[in-house]
Amino acid sequence: MSFLTIQDIHHTYFSNQTAATALADISLDIEKGEFVSFLGPSGCGKTTLLSIIAGLFPPTSGKILLENKPLDADSDTSIGYMLQQDYLFPWKTIEENILLGLKLIKKDEGLERIKTLKLLSDVGLGGTGKLYPRELSGGMRQRAALARTLAVDPKILLLDEPFSALDYQTKLKLEDLVFETLKSFGKTAVLVTHDIGEAIAMSDRIYLFSPNPGRVHKTFEVPDELRGLMPFHARNHPQYPILFQTIWKELESLEY
Amino acid sequence: MNIEQLHKQYKTSLKKENRLIRLYQILIFLVFFSSWELFSRMEWIDPLIFSSPSKVWQLFLQKLADGTLLSHSGVTLFETVLGFIIGTLLGTILASLLWWSPRLSKTLDPYLVILNAMPKVALGPIIIVAFGPGFPSIISMGAIISIIITTIVVYTAFREVDPNYLKVLQTFGATRTQAFREAILPASFPTIISTLKVNVGLSWVGVIVGEFLVSAKGLGYLIIYGFQVFNFTLVMLALMIIAVFATIMYQLVELLERKLIKD
Repeated sequence: MSFLTIQDIHHTYFSNQTAATALADISLDIEKGEFVSFLGPSGCGKTTLLSIIAGLFPPTSGKILLENKPLDADSDTSIGYMLQQDYLFPWKTIEENILLGLKLIKKDEGLERIKTLKLLSDVGLGGTGKLYPRELSGGMRQRAALARTLAVDPKILLLDEPFSALDYQTKLKLEDLVFETLKSFGKTAVLVTHDIGEAIAMSDRIYLFSPNPGRVHKTFEVPDELRGLMPFHARNHPQYPILFQTIWKELESLEY
Repeated sequence: MNIEQLHKQYKTSLKKENRLIRLYQILIFLVFFSSWELFSRMEWIDPLIFSSPSKVWQLFLQKLADGTLLSHSGVTLFETVLGFIIGTLLGTILASLLWWSPRLSKTLDPYLVILNAMPKVALGPIIIVAFGPGFPSIISMGAIISIIITTIVVYTAFREVDPNYLKVLQTFGATRTQAFREAILPASFPTIISTLKVNVGLSWVGVIVGEFLVSAKGLGYLIIYGFQVFNFTLVMLALMIIAVFATIMYQLVELLERKLIKD
């Protein structure tokens, strides 16, 4: 059995006039420590799937198992979720923001607290604990959001286009940081993106989604040569453009 | 080009502008009161109805000396502050309940619209019969006038909080209480403060009308009494004192705003 099992997920959004099927027949397995990407055009349901994995709402049918247990059984801290923007709470200091998850389960004292504050320097934000989010740049804020997500020690990280609101240079740097941090903590991660390059540079495997309704169209294994490299270096590897072209063609074919 | 010099120039021009505005403000004040005094003395306006600043001032000193002014203003101030606090608090609590239960809010929606549209002071006679002529009725008037509008404004603010903040909390497994405390309430502080500012004015309206209707004490009573015995100097005095107190309360709320909201 896999670490994360997604079984026959169907999801339909109901409104008064319409019933729009966002996801159909989604089944996939993710192993512990893997980094996988959901890639696809907008409207292919990749964010819906991520939200379902995160437990934000139940799927219309199908089930999700984390270490063979249904998700809602221990919903507390098994999932970490990062959004497109940092959504740090502007009225809390960086330190309070990062301790938020622990505070909710009343573990924000003692050893846990010290461990969490150390995370801040792990993501290169040492000394900013007493500042407010508005005093940090976009890249620093997203790093703080990463630390907040990691603070509760989640079993799996869900990244919903976390780099898409950043400028290109910051995005490249942050990709490296997230990649390195997740590998060093041995975390499993799912990245949702519409950026082919980002998916190749960061993941072990890429699921390409097709729209209307969202299905897994094709799965790409990222070659071993690229997997071990930091995202920035992976982008410069000779294998990178080859895979990029393959996925590009596949994406093009989806449009017709 | 000397940056320091330019900065200095900029600062002096800024100071000059501020001084000019302050000057105009004082000018308006002086012109208003001196022409009031002048017009009244020349009998261009009826001194019996419009009184004059000097007469109001004399009456002020006299009433201050015999202690009646202090007790009347004290009563009204107490009622207003209490009505203001109760109105704001109940309104916010009601808004929280509505946020808590979307079904309740949908159910109550038409009733809130009706209650909001209705002039609350029209309830005065009923409140007085229910609570008796005295403090409780007047404080209720001060409170009731601001409850519904507070509820509506604060509830709208609760609902407009970016749902992504809630999403963050939800992925941490937060309960609805925690989500309320960590995101909804703090994110709505600016709106709550601005309703406080509106409520300061509203509570004064409620309390003064309440005193018109029943009381034997307070600034509203002084106005009605002055009106009945045709002593408009007394009416003007009460109005001035209300203006001063209302301004002070408003300033205190602004002070609170600066303390609570750091942005």
